[in-house]
Amino acid sequence: MSQTARIQKPRFNAQTWIILAGIAIIGSVAPFVEPTLVGQMTVFWIMVLLSYTWDTMGGQMGYNSFGNVVFFGIGMYVTAAIQVGLYTDLGTYTAAKGGIKLTLTLGQYFTGLAIGLVAAGLAGFLAALLIGSGILGLRGHYFAIGSLALGIFVAELASGWELIGAGSGLVPPLYPGVESARSLWLYFGCFALAGITFLVLQWVYSRRFGLALNAIRDDEDKAEAMGLHTTRYKTIAWAISGIFLGVCGGLAGNFFQFIDPRDTAFSGATYGVWMVLMVVLGGKGTFWGPLIGALLFHVFKELFWSYLLGLQYIALGLLVVVIVVFFPEGIVGWFRERFPHWFGERVDPPPEATAADPVREPAE
Amino acid sequence: MSTMLEVRNCSKAFGGVVANHDISIEVREGEIVGLIGPNGSGKTTLFNSIVGYHPIDGGSIRFLDKEISSLRVPNIARLGLLRTFQQTRIYGKMTCMQNMAASLPYRGEGFAGMFRRFDSGVADRAEELLEFVGLYSKRNLRGGDLSFGQQKLLEFAMALMNEPKLLLLDEPTAGINPTLINGLIDRLKRANEQLGITLLVIEHNMRVIMNLAERIYCLAHGELLAEGLPEAIQNDQRVIDAYLGAH
Ligand SMILES: Nc1ncnc2c1ncn2[C@@H]1O[C@H](COP(=O)(O)OP(=O)(O)OP(=O)(O)O)[C@@H](O)[C@H]1O
Ligand SMILES: [Mg+2]
Repeated sequence: MSQTARIQKPRFNAQTWIILAGIAIIGSVAPFVEPTLVGQMTVFWIMVLLSYTWDTMGGQMGYNSFGNVVFFGIGMYVTAAIQVGLYTDLGTYTAAKGGIKLTLTLGQYFTGLAIGLVAAGLAGFLAALLIGSGILGLRGHYFAIGSLALGIFVAELASGWELIGAGSGLVPPLYPGVESARSLWLYFGCFALAGITFLVLQWVYSRRFGLALNAIRDDEDKAEAMGLHTTRYKTIAWAISGIFLGVCGGLAGNFFQFIDPRDTAFSGATYGVWMVLMVVLGGKGTFWGPLIGALLFHVFKELFWSYLLGLQYIALGLLVVVIVVFFPEGIVGWFRERFPHWFGERVDPPPEATAADPVREPAE
Repeated sequence: MSTMLEVRNCSKAFGGVVANHDISIEVREGEIVGLIGPNGSGKTTLFNSIVGYHPIDGGSIRFLDKEISSLRVPNIARLGLLRTFQQTRIYGKMTCMQNMAASLPYRGEGFAGMFRRFDSGVADRAEELLEFVGLYSKRNLRGGDLSFGQQKLLEFAMALMNEPKLLLLDEPTAGINPTLINGLIDRLKRANEQLGITLLVIEHNMRVIMNLAERIYCLAHGELLAEGLPEAIQNDQRVIDAYLGAH
């Protein structure tokens, strides 16, 4: 413990656990206090998931990915396809374009969902591994553009594939129980997944893995020169976010109740960009930044959509510009630069510039 | 003493510029070897060729009896052949301690190793080496907040943390306060003697290289001009001419 603390800031101190417990309590009672907003709150946890998984590559490792939405979409399709395919012929179901209603028992429904979500995590993992070993040789802007192209490519692929409904999309099976119960377990599913994702990622960052990602972010050539398996680290980092994105997509598909290849699953212009904006807003590579970014973004987005309809994208764009200009490090990054001790960081301030004595001789 | 690094007839051109032509050098285990030459004579290019930064046009490079001229940078580094950069490269947003921990050897690191916690000795070792180069009091500063000279020292400490067998240093005293250079020479010698690290050092400061190196190679215009003991090199008329720009 103390050895690690001398190297990295102690992320999980008493204060952190108190804040996390507070979030857990608020998150657990909120849907009962405001039942009308359960849907909104579910979307919020999906946003939190998207921003934390994006931060692994974009924040910790400095690779701006516009392709993460691919694993989200793959998770949606895999889960829904398994939910349907377990109980009827998928091809016939999609060919009917929503004409066939699957009537399942609760047991069948949750069996299909559980298998679907596990498969979605696996699919997200494998897809990231495969695609990563292909395009993670690209660096900087080239990777960003490559990943953007990837998202468009996969969206086109899905829109042309009859088995999964092509351009008409795919409808996950209807929930056999009452609607209020459906929205509650979906809420808690997303909430729990966000919590697990957060804890697993922070655990990963506290290991050698975390410093390796930061090293790649700061200077990849140096990291290579020091013998770091950069491609392996990059690919596995993407695959880890792929797992959680896949499962998240599986839940999201059931929440939306309709999967459109371009507008929900592989929607680069909405979720694909939002996940980037949330992290930039909150602070790349920071502990709480993705959460705060997701909260602010979600609140502002809903406000703009409710009160500035028609101008919502302009307002959203302005918000981002203001943030990037005044808080280039994000909100948490801004505070961390100024008050590192709030963050339990053991970073000393830069020394006063003095001409003499660039190096202090050690006591021999 | 067995041969550790053997460069044979190595050539490298950038377009029309022949940066290295037919260079052969040899470094034996335990030695400190110097590499000198005027600006642009091809010293850094030779380092880049050795560590696999770019493919060479011809020749062979062997390290510990293994041909490495077609291997990539991280693979060569994991064999225990490390370099520091003339422009100095450290991880700017990480603290000195984190810079050190990220520099642990990656040799033989498997999947489980990637998720290992920093075992008890890592922080001790990092502090010890930072103390060794004189940066202990700066250990919790971000690397990017250090002065250029301090970054040079941090980069040296990081290299030691990586436990190389052969370390190529590109101008280790550039930017270091002149009053501290003697201390640095002493530390380079101690790294060689006590940690058993063989050194190949590029250096412009003649006093430093004469004090440090057991043998010296001199490059000029991409060609190997002379090789020998420090005194012999210092008095070699070709070397003197090259440095005075008379050719
Ligand atoms: N990547 C490159 N592309 C094109 N030319 C290069 C490249 N690297 C080096 N050169 C050229 O090769 C020659 C040798 O350069 P090199 O950096 O090896 O010299 P050096 O001996 O290290 O000089 P210095 O003492 O100034 O560091 C120079 O003419 C340089 O311009
Ligand atoms: Mg040079």
